[in-house]
Amino acid sequence: MLQINNLYAAVTGKKILNGITLTVNPGEVHAVMGPNGSGKSTLAQILAGHPAYEILDGEIIYEGQNLIALEAEKRSQAGLFLAFQYPVEIPGVSNSYFLKTGLNEIRKSRGEQPLDAMEFLKLIREKMKLVEMNESFINRPVNHGYSGGEKKRNEILQMAVLEPKLAILDETDSGLDIDALKVVANGVNKLRSKDRSMIVVTHYQRLLNYIVPDFVHVLMNGRIVKSGGKELALELEAFGYDKIKEEFVNGVNA
Amino acid sequence: METIEQLVNKKYEYGFVTEVEEETIPRGLNEDIVRLISSIKKEPEWMLEWRLKAYRHWLTMEEPVWPNVHYPKIDYNNLYYYSAPKIKPKLDNLSEVDPELLLTYEKLGISLQEQKRLTGVAVDAIFDSVSVATTYKEKLYEMGIIFCSFSEALREHPELVKKYMGSVVPYSDNYFATLNSAVFSDGSFCYIPPGVHCPMELSTYFRINASETGQFERTLIIADKGAHVSYLEGCTAPIRDTNQLHAAVVELVALEDGEIKYSTVQNWYAGDKDGKGGIYNFVTKRGICSGDNSKISWTQVETGSAITWKYPGVILKGDNSIGEFYSVAVVNNYQQADTGTKMIHIGKNTKSTIISKGISAGHGDNTYRGLVKVGKKASNSRNYTQCDSMLMGNKCSANTFPYIEVKNTTSNVEHEASTSKIGEDQIFYCKQRGMNAENAISMIVNGFAKEVFKNLPMEFAVEAQKLLGISLEGSVG
Repeated sequence: MLQINNLYAAVTGKKILNGITLTVNPGEVHAVMGPNGSGKSTLAQILAGHPAYEILDGEIIYEGQNLIALEAEKRSQAGLFLAFQYPVEIPGVSNSYFLKTGLNEIRKSRGEQPLDAMEFLKLIREKMKLVEMNESFINRPVNHGYSGGEKKRNEILQMAVLEPKLAILDETDSGLDIDALKVVANGVNKLRSKDRSMIVVTHYQRLLNYIVPDFVHVLMNGRIVKSGGKELALELEAFGYDKIKEEFVNGVNA
Repeated sequence: METIEQLVNKKYEYGFVTEVEEETIPRGLNEDIVRLISSIKKEPEWMLEWRLKAYRHWLTMEEPVWPNVHYPKIDYNNLYYYSAPKIKPKLDNLSEVDPELLLTYEKLGISLQEQKRLTGVAVDAIFDSVSVATTYKEKLYEMGIIFCSFSEALREHPELVKKYMGSVVPYSDNYFATLNSAVFSDGSFCYIPPGVHCPMELSTYFRINASETGQFERTLIIADKGAHVSYLEGCTAPIRDTNQLHAAVVELVALEDGEIKYSTVQNWYAGDKDGKGGIYNFVTKRGICSGDNSKISWTQVETGSAITWKYPGVILKGDNSIGEFYSVAVVNNYQQADTGTKMIHIGKNTKSTIISKGISAGHGDNTYRGLVKVGKKASNSRNYTQCDSMLMGNKCSANTFPYIEVKNTTSNVEHEASTSKIGEDQIFYCKQRGMNAENAISMIVNGFAKEVFKNLPMEFAVEAQKLLGISLEGSVG
């Protein structure tokens, strides 16, 4: 599904990623954890094709294609989805219009017929139940005037509608209270399947109680310094990032 | 990812020139030219006197320098003030219109063939200086609605013209309006009799074809007591290297309980990407709610012109009268716009709403300038103003100059303003959801302008949305 090899990247001249290597197979859920500034969100943004980042070295192969050469919209059309840490507001554009336009562009790129307004309405209503969203959000402007929790739910709704092959969730738990977290995690879990892979980027272990990963990777200074199963997250929770940092510095895992 | 600079410029679709023989009078401006125009149009003596009065007054005036626009000095003596397609003397029937002209209008998407009109829009088409044909005239006339060219109104309904012309924009109003008063060549006239609701949208289509020609048309619309009318104006011009001057005057009069809705989608040629050529659009538009409970609403979508200078306003004289101004002004490349409105509250309980959306891209310079004036006797009056600016890229600018004067203590004036930048993040978000950059920009900008678009008549709104997309095509990345 996804193969990242020795990836180096920078933003405005500052090196952020320092040789990341990661393989994600179909159906796997990988958690990427790390302290602030470790490069987690950068990795998510680079995978989605944000133009602000400069790839210095390495490669990203997605479904056999060189991902770096693809424009962001082509990546989306190829089934790659990013749930944003800070979902962007688009005043005056309704959620349904926005999402219908995106979905139909994706369908078009695959040679499928676009959904008409009625078909789309049926689809979005059905998907809204997944994240327990009120139907009034269909006509509300994209993320404009939403609470933090509503924005995050909206991201998962979009994911449910667009049905990606690879979903990257960038700190989807940040700013959520425990109830909202459960709803969002529940929505995500319903979207897990043997064909759909996920990369869950998070600072806290909390989210991983609800979205249980197959693998956990710890990112520090732009490198994966430790990988393991779901128990690694618990270890982090108990001992903090400092312990791993120590190990890393002492060369235990280097 | 494309950058703002790279993605530029879909060709202006309406830039073709029509090969028709034009009747043009000598270059320059003097009393003889004014007399000549008047005599070509076989005008009554009083009309000529009015023109001359305006011309003499114009000579004493200075071109305004306060607008936030910059252009080389116009040599008014080097322009042609009248240009008309050479045609048979009388135009009662479409079959007498030059087929080249009909073809031009068809290219522009306006068919003058009445049988083809399915949309129920009556059109008066103005080609350079003269009105070419008015559709649906007879049908409207049965209801007492007069919709014809200004020249024809002058011949057939001189009493109405004499009564209302200059009553809203006096001949001495401002430099460009005064110039127009001296040399105006044609325009549209519309009168809706008491109690009649005009059953269709009335529309004028302006087209500047001849080069180095000024287009000076006048539009006069009167809604008599309890009458309603919705009026649409559209404009295009061929692509030319030289700048063309368009100095129009529009006057609206709404009597008691009368209602006028005036919508413009202005798509004059804006000049090329280096700022060469394009129309100077220096226009005076004003309405008066002279009777109680009357209402005038301006909606404008300004995407064209090298320079736009216009302030469609409403004088709220009647008690409980309502004035509205909804505007989207887009500047791209080297376009400049200084536009806004004037709301003059005179009557009691008068209400005005101003929604202005300015979009600047490229090296464009966009200024909102608005006046809200509430007089001593205008008790319990209200104004709500909202000015939003959107910037694309970092070479454009947006300015807001609100002027507010309130002379009583029971009135309420509200002003809100915002400036936003169409960000890489917004575009990236759309792209991440499968859209390309152009669709993303079009969507973001249309969302921004939505409050204005929803005030446009249906077919016009669709047109305007497309136009906005085209105007900004390639302006962001």
